[in-house]
Amino acid sequence: MTAVRDVVAAVVDPELRVVTIDELGILRDVAEESGRITVTITPTYTGCPAMDVIRSDIRRALAAAGHPESEVVTVLSPAWTTDWISPAGRDKLARAGVAPPGPAHVVPLTLAVRCTHCGSPDTSQISRFGSTACKALWRCGACSEPFDAMKAL
Amino acid sequence: MTTRVDDVLRLGDDALIAAQRLGSWYASSPEMEEDVALANIGLDQLGAARLLLTYAGTLEGAGAPEGAGRDEDALAYLRSPEEFRNCRLVERPEPDFGHVIAKLLFLSAFQLPLYIALRSGADEQLAAIGAKACKESAYHLDHSSLWTVRLGDGTAVSHDRMQAAVDTLWPYVDELFAGGVAGLSFESLRPTWESTVDGVLASATLRRPAVGAASPDESRDELVALLAEMQELHRAHPGARW
Repeated sequence: MTAVRDVVAAVVDPELRVVTIDELGILRDVAEESGRITVTITPTYTGCPAMDVIRSDIRRALAAAGHPESEVVTVLSPAWTTDWISPAGRDKLARAGVAPPGPAHVVPLTLAVRCTHCGSPDTSQISRFGSTACKALWRCGACSEPFDAMKAL
Repeated sequence: MTTRVDDVLRLGDDALIAAQRLGSWYASSPEMEEDVALANIGLDQLGAARLLLTYAGTLEGAGAPEGAGRDEDALAYLRSPEEFRNCRLVERPEPDFGHVIAKLLFLSAFQLPLYIALRSGADEQLAAIGAKACKESAYHLDHSSLWTVRLGDGTAVSHDRMQAAVDTLWPYVDELFAGGVAGLSFESLRPTWESTVDGVLASATLRRPAVGAASPDESRDELVALLAEMQELHRAHPGARW
């Protein structure tokens, strides 16, 4: 089972290609019964257009690993939170130029978002809606460069 | 307690029609960041609509013969305007950006306490949808509140246009609170809505309109036109895929 789970866990998010679905915290369960694999995932945002791609990527990865019979189930509850992104996932996001989110359960706007280019905490939000549903657009006051930051949810 | 199909359709249709209106602003809003914001908010509304319509179809099929429950596509694309259950606020035209913002303020100030209430309600599926959607609604309410203040407390022109949008849409607010779902009366959300909206209007130096509710007999031409556009592709090419 570990091997099967590893195959699924290695599927990357199609919009944040540096992190896997496991690191993002959306992979909930991988179960096997009579050779048939059932993978349970949860959406980040309700309208996230990446979900369909993730479902087919999971099935393709399993088929390539010798498991043609698989099903991907989506559960809503408990609702995903950015707090489930693993420490490794957060590091990878930051290195790819997406500032990782602050904790979801405190007031997020009081925390400084560090510039992903120069590391300065002198940053400001340009728009709370960015290139994908999960990101906001920020700008650095020190180096003047814009960058994406993942919203706490 | 049973959850009625029509009550879930009301919420799903509110979100679906709102999504369609928001999507039509893409590349037409005042600045590029706002194009992205409105598209993202529309996407959130569409996500909630898909979950709610899917659930409505499940309820429709429960206890009925096999195949009696419609799926999300059949509900979105193959119902006639008379079968839509949305409140009229969401289908009202948006002749300028002020209308987009006023409508989003009124709608999200309703949807946020709605989804929070559903989250701890008796219907498990609605609770799961509410727990998910309320986090997104908080961003919608925040966004529309900021813009209402920015435009209302902006220049003389932006103030007047924002006030005009608030005045035009106000008669459709009352209908938000008609009905209920799964034991929750929408009327119970009114005090929260009023305190939220009154606070935003006051910060925006806007006047709370003193006008009555719109007549229930008004034409639904706007919804007919919206659905004709939204449903055209699916009706012409049933089952078409990208």
